Order: sequence, then structure tokens, then C-alpha cells
Amino acid sequence: MAQIRVENLRKQFGGFTAVRDSTFTVDNGVFFVMLGPSGCGKTTTLRMIAGLELPSDGRILLDGDEVTFQRASRRDIAFVFQMFALYPHLNVRRNIAYPLRSQGVSRAETKVRVEETARLLRIEHLLSRSVSGLSGGDRQRVALGRAIVRRPKAFLMDEPLGALDAEFRRLMCGELRQLHDRIGATTVYVTHDQMEAMALADRIAIMNQGLVEQIGTPQEVYDQPASMFVADFIGSPPMSFLRFEGTVRRGESSVRIGDATVGVPELREEGGQGPLALGARPEHVTLADDGPIRGHVFGAEYLGTTQIVTLDTQHGQIKARLPASVNVRLGDNVGLKFHTGGLALFDAASGRALRSALHEAARHG
Amino acid sequence: MADVRLDHVTKRFGDVAAIDNLSLDIADGELLVLLGPTGAGKSTTLRMVAGLERPDAGRVEIGGEDVSIEPPAVRDVAFVFQQYSLYPHLTVFDNLAFPLRSPARRLPEAEVRKRVQEVAALLHIESKLANKATRLSGGEMQRVAIGRALVRAPSIYLMDEPLSSLDAKLRAELRLELKRIQVELGATILYVTHDQIEAMTMASRIGVIAEGRLVQIGTPREIYEQPGNLYVATQLGTPPINLIPVGLLPAPQAPREARMIGARTEQLRIGAANGSANRAVLRRVEHLGDQNHLHLEIGDQKLTTLADPHSHWKAGDAVSLELVDPLYFNGAGVRIDAKEGKHA
Repeated sequence: MAQIRVENLRKQFGGFTAVRDSTFTVDNGVFFVMLGPSGCGKTTTLRMIAGLELPSDGRILLDGDEVTFQRASRRDIAFVFQMFALYPHLNVRRNIAYPLRSQGVSRAETKVRVEETARLLRIEHLLSRSVSGLSGGDRQRVALGRAIVRRPKAFLMDEPLGALDAEFRRLMCGELRQLHDRIGATTVYVTHDQMEAMALADRIAIMNQGLVEQIGTPQEVYDQPASMFVADFIGSPPMSFLRFEGTVRRGESSVRIGDATVGVPELREEGGQGPLALGARPEHVTLADDGPIRGHVFGAEYLGTTQIVTLDTQHGQIKARLPASVNVRLGDNVGLKFHTGGLALFDAASGRALRSALHEAARHG
Repeated sequence: MADVRLDHVTKRFGDVAAIDNLSLDIADGELLVLLGPTGAGKSTTLRMVAGLERPDAGRVEIGGEDVSIEPPAVRDVAFVFQQYSLYPHLTVFDNLAFPLRSPARRLPEAEVRKRVQEVAALLHIESKLANKATRLSGGEMQRVAIGRALVRAPSIYLMDEPLSSLDAKLRAELRLELKRIQVELGATILYVTHDQIEAMTMASRIGVIAEGRLVQIGTPREIYEQPGNLYVATQLGTPPINLIPVGLLPAPQAPREARMIGARTEQLRIGAANGSANRAVLRRVEHLGDQNHLHLEIGDQKLTTLADPHSHWKAGDAVSLELVDPLYFNGAGVRIDAKEGKHA
């Protein structure tokens, strides 16, 4: 298995910079997800790691060896594409065996490894079936099998579940993660779906316009977003922002939003004067008559145990996750209170998060 | 707006009854969602109200009048399809104005202008009115498609998965807006989807449909809290309701005929397994950000529950499980009430 390191990687397509200056390490056995909207550079980065695209600048190291300009076939990496690229005229066994046969692995060894792979994926009963009659999920499993059977140093996956419907994607997500737990292979996985990223990843890199905005565990990027882009990309519904003009200083633990004073985690840097944004996750917002901020109920979405209530305030729309038993009516004027410890502050001009006690909190246990 | 009624309607395609003796009342001003998987018959139902399909038996009434065999044009309905079908060579304004300028219901141009402006404001696309329809994002195009239905004031709006071609974020946004617009206009909407979140968040009432039959109809809360049977219980809730055979966990309130217990995440309490008899193993912790899904195993039974993301649970932990006011189902899958006494 393998460690992948990317150093100052850049990729230019004519006048367009797809990847600006990426540096990160994927440690051995880690499930690493590159997450971002289309055009953010995640697939280009993946293709450079695979050797399908050559960087304009920077280095790629596989287990400490530089492979930046090495051919894809010599990198010992398996690529799983979005669509199930199977050979329709071959059965499942021969589809999975294909990479081994083309590498000249012996017949006996191939048989052992194909069967072992099928066992891992729980598709042993399908080995002699034609791939054309398989369900979408089974085809995806065969495609995975073809990647696993080579026992490569690492797996690279480009939206492998993108073509599946939502329910099925959830199921396959669970299977992929369980498979990873069984074989522990270093994996770099590209997706634009934050739920998928949260469910699968040990570490997530969130990309925007060719730049990595933040790398961290799913819980870190959720709890301590480095930028408004990350805060807005992660979470369903995402973080809400109250925008205001103000001054914040190191050591302060409240902000003035209009006439209201709202407690925040203690600031660890000088924020200066200018446009700011207070970020609140829906579960950190509650209704309280004496709350500092007031708003009108714009919508209430029942979800069974909880509901998402959307509120219009003078400083922007904000969403609260409340117990379904709380009664709200459209148009109601209500007060809002916040769980201070979970709030984030941003420099609204650059989008960057201001450092505060939020970033130190050992919130586990 | 008007009441719409389906009265013992049946529709066959060859030997297959796509709709089997279905009756449904849609009250004036309500948003009724038909929820079901592909092939359940929900789109066929919608198409019969529209007049795009003719029932083999039964009646379709709009505003008290039998329209079962009337063609679509005279039914006074507006249809929004899954795929926005806009006129690419026309501006957003002209796309929105199109239904009002049709020869059948020609309006004075001043009135057309007024209605288009109103609807554009409602959908927040006023600034796009002069754009070509093709120069819009997917979300804007679908807004225009919805707007083209809204410029008219038909008896009923019929919507067939109007949000399903949009990405998750836009879908969430339009869900909220569509509901708000429906409330503001007091519009009657029959809305078809396979997405339980859309059904729960938007519906005045949900009709759960399966194999051409209406299995249960009620408010989202009724369907979620009091499902009539196992099938309905599995249609709402994320993660899905846990179905646990009676006997696996202590259930003192279980009626004698109960065979299956349905436990939503909030009805399954986990704790440290201090030598408890109801030991389960935590197989996997899945992060959602605001919460974690805990994937548990007790014997061969797999269960999923929720936990605070900052709780200490980790894969491999042994935990105890306790049922809290779960649902009970008999051998036929029909829900039955908990034993008398503690519960009302």
C-alpha cells in the first residue's frame, strides 16, 4: 500500500488554470475525498495523480518516489471511472480477470485472485453470469472488482457513484466504506456530493476554483470551516450567514449586529473593521422570545423528528433545526438565540474564517 | 381553484392495472403529494387528471363536473413536467407570456405584462425577463417552467417530479419557494414524487401509492407517526425505520399479536453495554456533520440509529439498546396499538 504526496501542483490549460498550487499528503490506508463543484480542479488533480494528465508545475510522489512524469501504466494505481466500463461480451469472471490476463499473470493465480476479489465484494454467485444482465449495483461491484484484483498501491475513483439514484448511492456508499475497512487501501475519491464525502472520508479536501480551501476530517470541516465557501458547501442544509458591518478584536467574545449583541467564541485574531458574517449551523439556532436577533418565519419543513425552519432577518436568511413538536406559523415574528460555542465568524470580503476559540475546542468526548 | 376528485378510477395497460380502483379527493387550496416508487401509478394518476390518459372505469371530477372523457385543453389544468420544456428562441418574458397569448384564452397585452411581472417577482427571476431561455442556469429554467404554469389561474396545477432534474442545493431552495408560493396563492396542487423529503416538507397531505393503489393518505405527521402498515412505515424517515422481529429486544408494551417492531432512530436509545443482555455491536460510525449514523448489529439484525457527532461512540463498541414507544405490527404487517395502560 502507499502514501501519495502532491507538492505545489499546478495545471494550466491554455489561459485557464485548472489547478493552482496544491500541496497535500494522503497517508497510507487513508480514504481521501476531493470535494468541490464542477470545474474546481478535483478531477484534473486526480488525473495527474493517475498519470493521465501531466502537471504544468509541481511534483507527485508515490511512497516517496517521484512519479510526476511517469506513465500511468507504471504507477501501480487503479482508476475507477464514473461509468461502468465493462466488456459486454465477457462474463463477470473474465471481466474481473482481464487486468491480470493482460499483465500476464498465470491462469491458476488469476483464478485464485478473481475468486478472492469476488468474495470481498460478495459477488461470488455472479461469476459465470453475463455482465449485460446485471443490475446497476452489481455492475458497479464488478467494475470495482476489476480495480481491486490487481492489488494496486492505491485506488483513484472519479465519481464512481454519480450515475446511481439517491437511495442506491447511499447503499453503495456504505459498501464502499466497508470494503475500504476490509482492505485498507489508500484511496483518492472525487465527488461533488458532500453527503457522500462526509460518509466515506477519513479526510476531505474541499476545492474551489483550482485551490484547496481546507483539508480535515469530516467533523473538522463541518465544525470549523476555514471559509464561507466550505461552510456553505458542507451540511444539509448548509451553514447560514448573518451579514453585518462591524469591528472585532482579539479577545472579544461578542459581536454587535445592528442593535443586537450576540455572543461568539472568543476571538484569537484582530478582525479589524469591515464587512463580516456570523455563521450558524441549523442545530445551533433556537427560538426564544428574548433572543437578540428577530426574524419572520419564511418556511417550515417537516422532517419527522425535526423540522427546518427558515427565517428572514434584517441581516439575511437563517435556518434552524428544531424539534418537530415546536409550533411555527408562516409570517410569525420570533426571536432567535444561538449556541455560542458553535458559531463561526468570517471576514465577508475574503470569505476567510477568523480564528477563535471554535478552532481550539476539543469537542469530542 | 377547485376541488378535484377521482372516484373509483381504474386504468389498464394491456393486462396490467396501472391504477386499481383508486379514489382520491383533493381539496381546494391543498398541496397533495402522491409518493411512491417508479411504476406505482402516480404519474398515470396525474395524467388522468390532466386528460392525457382516459380511465377505463370510474370518474374524474374537477369543480364538481365530470371531465373523465374531456380533452386536456378544456380541463383548465396546468402541467409542469420533470424536464423543463422552454422555447429556446424566446426570451424568459415571452416564455412566461406564452400560455396567456394562446388563441383559446387571449388576454389584453397589458394584462399579460402584469401577470408575467407578478409571477417573475414571485419566482425571483425579474432580472432575467429579457434573457433568452437558453441563457439560464438549470434552476432558473425550472423556475421559468413553473412560472409558465403559474401565470394562469387554473383549477389545479399538476406537477410531475418538477424538481428531480436539479442538484440537491437548488432542489432544497425551490422546495421552499414552491411551498411558499402555493400558500400565498392558495393554489391547489397535485404533486407527484418519489422523494420522501419533498413529500414530507411540502405536502398538506401525502397519498402513499403502491402498485396502483392508494395505501394511506394523511398529513406528513400522520404518515410518519401513525403509518397504517409496514410498507408505509418504510416510506418516510432518514435513516429508514428499523424493523426488528419481536423477541430480539425487550418490549413489555408489545401487544400479544405483534410480530414486528418498527423503531425509528428516536425510538431506539443506546447506552453503555454494562453487561446488559441487549448487547449490540457498533459496526460503523457515519458522519453527517450535525449528527452521526451509528450502524449496529445485534445477532444477524442490522440497525441504524443517530447520535450526537461529539459523542464518544466508535466502531467496535458494545452498546445496550432500549426501545422507546416503538410501533408494533401484526403478522399481516398491519400496525396495532401498544398494550393498554401506559399509553393513550
